[in-house]
Amino acid sequence: MGMTVSFLILAIVTLAGGVAAMTLRRLVHCALALAVSFAGLAGLYLNLGADFAGLAQLLVYVGAIAILIVFAILLTRSAETELQKVFSPAGVMGALLAIGVFGVLAWAVLASSAARGAAAAGPAPSSPMREIGFILMQRYVLPLEVIALMLTAAMIGAVILAVREKPLSAASPRSESSRELRA
Amino acid sequence: MTPLAGCLLVSALLFSIGLAGALTRRNAILVLAGIELMLNAANLNFIAFWRFGPNPEAFTGVMFVIFSIAVAAAEAAVGLALILAIYRHARTSDVSEIAEMRG
Repeated sequence: MGMTVSFLILAIVTLAGGVAAMTLRRLVHCALALAVSFAGLAGLYLNLGADFAGLAQLLVYVGAIAILIVFAILLTRSAETELQKVFSPAGVMGALLAIGVFGVLAWAVLASSAARGAAAAGPAPSSPMREIGFILMQRYVLPLEVIALMLTAAMIGAVILAVREKPLSAASPRSESSRELRA
Repeated sequence: MTPLAGCLLVSALLFSIGLAGALTRRNAILVLAGIELMLNAANLNFIAFWRFGPNPEAFTGVMFVIFSIAVAAAEAAVGLALILAIYRHARTSDVSEIAEMRG
């Protein structure tokens, strides 16, 4: 028993997109690679049978967050920074730390019972949208309302943060454009 | 290797890529993108444990992922608005140049 070919392809797409997003020099390319990685993850969710989560991932991440990141790159003129200053001075330490974290995680996964086939994978559980909707409206209705409130608060907070200008500084054309985009 | 272990390894690799990006990149927007990648790795773990765990009919993992996606969306919106505000103030989005909070 092993992993299916589709899982391997989607995993490779996801990981390659992630590596490209974190190593490419041009920021717009990074944002596009990030969108590819998010789309690969949505495919992984669909592959694992979680239809609703996969489609939500596609809508929210590929549709909204990637576009938001592109807008932020364009609004902060980050695409025009010098190409030499891509990685921070402590970059080597960070990369070594990340490799160490992966080593520990991989060791923990491979040493656990999950790697030895203790849990036999049954048939893919069906996740009909109708049932998810009932669960969302019955058992998880309080978290749903809390999330709705939090999204509203976050939206108001983001607008306030992005719009507020100091009265002394003359409004620059860049902040004007961001105001129009946020509105 | 079982499918569960494969999912967990992919997730661990994605988490490490996001961590490396968040720790090494200079641009604040890409630091945020690295954090998003780490959140997504955690979501993949939830889905994998839901799929191969003992009680898939309870939809616990899927529900957690849906709420987690909503929280991540709010976090990205507020984080990018913060980066915009800092950029307007300091004229840079380089995290190694924004070293002090005092305006």
